[in-house]
Amino acid sequence: MELKEETPQDVNTPPAEVPPLRRIVVESETVPIRVGDYAGPPDPEYGREPWQLQAGLDGEPVWVEERMRTEDLSIAYGEKLAVKGVDLEVNSGEVLALIGPSGCGKTTLLRSLNRLVELTPAAKRTGRIILDDQDVDGFDVTQLRSRVGMLFQQPNPFPMSIFDNVAYGLRERGSKKPRRKQLEPIVVDALERAGLWDEVSSNLNHPALALSGGQQQRLCIARSLAVSPEVLLLDEPCSALDPISTGIIEETIVELRTEVAIVIVTHNLQQAARVADRVAFMYLGDMVEYGPAGQVFGDPREERTREYVGGGFG
Amino acid sequence: MSIEVRTAAPGPRPPQPDPTDPRPRPQPGQARHSGWSISDRVGLAAAWACGIALCVAAASIVGFMAWKGVQYLQLEMLTSSPEASMDQSKSGGFLDPLVGTLLLTVIGIAIAIPVGVGIAVWLTEYGRPAGLARLVESGVEVVAGTPSIVLAIFGLLVFQQTFMGIFSFTAEGGSVFGRSFLTAGSMMALIALPLVIGSTREALNSIPRHVREASYALGKDKASTIRRVLLPSARSGIATGATLGMGRICGDTAIVVVLLGASMQTTPESGPLGLLRGTGSTLTSYVYNNSPSGEGNAPEKAYAAAFVLLMIVLLLNFAVGLIGKRNKPQWN
Ligand SMILES: Nc1ncnc2c1ncn2[C@@H]1O[C@H](COP(=O)(O)OP(=O)(O)OP(=O)(O)O)[C@@H](O)[C@H]1O
Ligand SMILES: [Mg+2]
Repeated sequence: MELKEETPQDVNTPPAEVPPLRRIVVESETVPIRVGDYAGPPDPEYGREPWQLQAGLDGEPVWVEERMRTEDLSIAYGEKLAVKGVDLEVNSGEVLALIGPSGCGKTTLLRSLNRLVELTPAAKRTGRIILDDQDVDGFDVTQLRSRVGMLFQQPNPFPMSIFDNVAYGLRERGSKKPRRKQLEPIVVDALERAGLWDEVSSNLNHPALALSGGQQQRLCIARSLAVSPEVLLLDEPCSALDPISTGIIEETIVELRTEVAIVIVTHNLQQAARVADRVAFMYLGDMVEYGPAGQVFGDPREERTREYVGGGFG
Repeated sequence: MSIEVRTAAPGPRPPQPDPTDPRPRPQPGQARHSGWSISDRVGLAAAWACGIALCVAAASIVGFMAWKGVQYLQLEMLTSSPEASMDQSKSGGFLDPLVGTLLLTVIGIAIAIPVGVGIAVWLTEYGRPAGLARLVESGVEVVAGTPSIVLAIFGLLVFQQTFMGIFSFTAEGGSVFGRSFLTAGSMMALIALPLVIGSTREALNSIPRHVREASYALGKDKASTIRRVLLPSARSGIATGATLGMGRICGDTAIVVVLLGASMQTTPESGPLGLLRGTGSTLTSYVYNNSPSGEGNAPEKAYAAAFVLLMIVLLLNFAVGLIGKRNKPQWN
């Protein structure tokens, strides 16, 4: 079957087969997480030892390193505590899935990582959030948000051309306006990494809102990638999409994790199992369990995790 | 497989007829209102009649004006200025009022768009302190509800102040005339303003919150989000409001009579911007002055001008429908 974006008639006929993913749950359980046995020199860019390495897609080692960390993070909406004293690590080279029942604070936690939660006047945050050893409160918020990108549940390209959408975050950064020529390589690269380039290369000037839902969501990924974030936050990115688009996006996520630390909120446990290296289970604002995906799904330590995860895997 | 298998989802049972109910039961194929009481039927019939009456009224306005217009409208009326003459064949055309209508509309809307969009953006995107926002909202409502003759008299009061002399002309004795395209145009802006504000706010409110957040999440601040995402998204709403506003400006008479002078010909002042500081007339005041209801007695030209005015306004309304359908970004 050829992989193509859904056309109106495709939407009504369910896809005959879901495109194969490169990794499935069984595989992610058996991917060896080799701690500290990397033979090569420390990456000069980071100037410190990697704390662990794990096999990437093709068995190549993937650099895994802490990017973000929360310390005793609590968020309250007025009187109501939505997140209660959460300690969480977000590593580059990994996909972290946040799972848990509705209303347990996943979105709130995610939105606090790029300080988007500050837009809600009632929200109060205590505890620390660290990005690359610096407290995010010390960052200029625009700078923080270009380092910690976010994708939303509904695809939301801006009403402008495909090119301008991807270039949106790059413009107005300095005092000089970058020209289209200068932006083009970055835009093309972002579209390629988001797996959209082949479909839109000939119509970069078409309006973005004319794309299909799945293409729009990948355009939003490209838009985030263009400002080269270190962390990408995804809040139920596939819940508005059909199975084929979901498959393509999951594949993109798995590929991207070698360059960007990814946190994905999902209600779909199969999806979490397909894409995640590490899983955090939340319940009523508490971080109940945090560990490698294989362990959380295969052998949860906590009873509540077992109940929740058990429901998803029969 | 048996064809009797029911595939429909089990839903609530449709209400079953009560066998003890003495009223006649509606039979399949019988009118759907058969169970209605007399007063319901009368009400429904009245609603129908009113709707049809409105259609008849609209059709007769357009039809009557078109009939008169086609009968009396000549091309040279659109290209010649009005002349003072009791003889209808020598009283010229209505070029000046036509140009006056267009000029006044452009001035009014050119003021109303930036001010209205600014107010709408402030109200929807900032709106703080809340008390001030409520005050602004009621201000908009007051302006929207004020009859245009009151706005006109108020405008005259304002623009006849000595320091307002630059907007019209100052007579030898130092009294300010107060009437000009600029002064009339700024009062016309007040007429269009509530419409621009209303449809811009509606357009901004229909943009989902996550679209704004997507821009913030890319490191943009509020100002550039408004400029680069929200205003472009609201473009068709702004255009709709502006077009509605232009229709209102075209059709207003009171402000023209009081503040534009409603002079027969456009009479510019001297100096730069003389045209804008001078007086003139519009199609509305021309129709008024030439119709038997006014002081004039050139009903044929009044009909022709009224027809042209009606066409302009209908064209604007048609444009509103067109703009509303197109260019409106749709997020699911
Ligand atoms: N803006 C807000 N004002 C007040 N309370 C809020 C607000 N947003 C969320 N909450 C509350 O905080 C709690 C956590 O909400 P949150 O959206 O983070 O949950 P979630 O895990 O993302 O749920 P879902 O899976 O349904 O998206 C909920 O009880 C919710 O009622
Ligand atoms: Mg949520």
